[in-house]
Amino acid sequence: MYGHKITIIDYGVGNLQSLKKAFSFFGVNAALSEDVDEILNSDAIVLPGVGSFEAGMRGLKVRGLTDAVKTFAAADKPMLGICLGAQLMLGEGHEFGVFDGLGIIPGKAARFPELAGGEKIPHVGWNRVKSPGGDIWNKDFYFVHSYILEPESRENIFGLTTYGEYEFCSVIKKGNIYGCQFHPEKSGAAGLKLIKSFINLI
Amino acid sequence: MKNIRIIPRLDIKGPNVVKPVHTEALRVVGNPKELARRYYEEGADELIYLDIVASLYQRNLDFDLLKSVAENIFIPVTVGGGIRTIHDINNALRSGADKVAINTHALRHPEFLSEAAKEFGSQCIVLYIEAKRQLDGTYEAYTDGGREHSGINTVEWAKRGVELGAGEILITSVDRDGTRKGYDLDLIKQIAAFSPVPVIAHGGAGDSGSILRVINEGKADAVSASSIFHYGDFKISNVKNYLREKNINVRTQNNNY
Repeated sequence: MYGHKITIIDYGVGNLQSLKKAFSFFGVNAALSEDVDEILNSDAIVLPGVGSFEAGMRGLKVRGLTDAVKTFAAADKPMLGICLGAQLMLGEGHEFGVFDGLGIIPGKAARFPELAGGEKIPHVGWNRVKSPGGDIWNKDFYFVHSYILEPESRENIFGLTTYGEYEFCSVIKKGNIYGCQFHPEKSGAAGLKLIKSFINLI
Repeated sequence: MKNIRIIPRLDIKGPNVVKPVHTEALRVVGNPKELARRYYEEGADELIYLDIVASLYQRNLDFDLLKSVAENIFIPVTVGGGIRTIHDINNALRSGADKVAINTHALRHPEFLSEAAKEFGSQCIVLYIEAKRQLDGTYEAYTDGGREHSGINTVEWAKRGVELGAGEILITSVDRDGTRKGYDLDLIKQIAAFSPVPVIAHGGAGDSGSILRVINEGKADAVSASSIFHYGDFKISNVKNYLREKNINVRTQNNNY
């Protein structure tokens, strides 16, 4: 069952070791790669990311990976975007200007609005994720971000989180494509469980 | 809902976790890999890993040791000690760090904070301040593990650091570190009062009550402690249970995969 090929797209700086470790915790060797063929031949891919929206898109572009990721998504094979990686899946990002995203799910990555309770931005720490209809998740995950996922359609909202009094979308989904604003690889057992569920999509 | 983070801190010297008292006298506490694993399983929300002599001896921290410690720890790890270049930060991130704590080099070259924030994002850059109370009641920022004074006022430095791009502030009271006399509430309050970014309080944790006070009175966003966890007097889960009874939101750890 775990002989499948999972690729973590390596398109710049950041700690990809813990993500790789999270997969190997379940006996899966997820390879780090920036090779188009390897990505397209994978059973599932992970798009990680820290840094600004524009820098992230640039990282994909200079490696010639933008089309590969879009093609992979169009086939509706399992794909997981994490933090900036999830934001890049949207149509555009509003960090330091307006930039085109991958456009896999319609919507934009927008700055957190000023919060009524004066809560600090970036939103750093553990917070609860719930599904829109009920409490399928209802677990704490680790967040660190100043921008949020704003899909155009409610259909693409798969998880919600409340910071202060403000509710925002913390997980987007379209078919087998998922994007989470938090870091599952940094979210203890709850995060590992999510990684396991992702592996099981294959 | 906002969860207060409980963050054990590992002070590293050579291959060991040590415990400084007033950041000077050292005692060997144990093996960093074992302690990190234990804290992770007990429900630590993050870890702080500081090589406490790297800066003093002008060398880098041991990235291989860091790698072995960060392995299989699925919570964020903040790493500090002798970070002086973009290359050092890259090495730390590649060895399992999620954020870096910068003190000495930032005080000498403040523009390094901007450079680092631009490259890795503010969320990755933690301004680490070692503060020592002066006779007039103000606090001065120290370097090299609390050994050298900088002549710079702590509050002013914190403000500048945030402007330059630091995404969090880790503030240690050199006077309280290792004493278990409670956090320096005055100090923490001064920083948390203005800071637009999260403030992690450290230095002086004595019991669960002292942690409650630095949250309620000091307004800390996160609390770091070492001695009380190292010597097994308090388990992270016990501290969290106590805080929960006092209506503080903390994360519940569940080791069920």
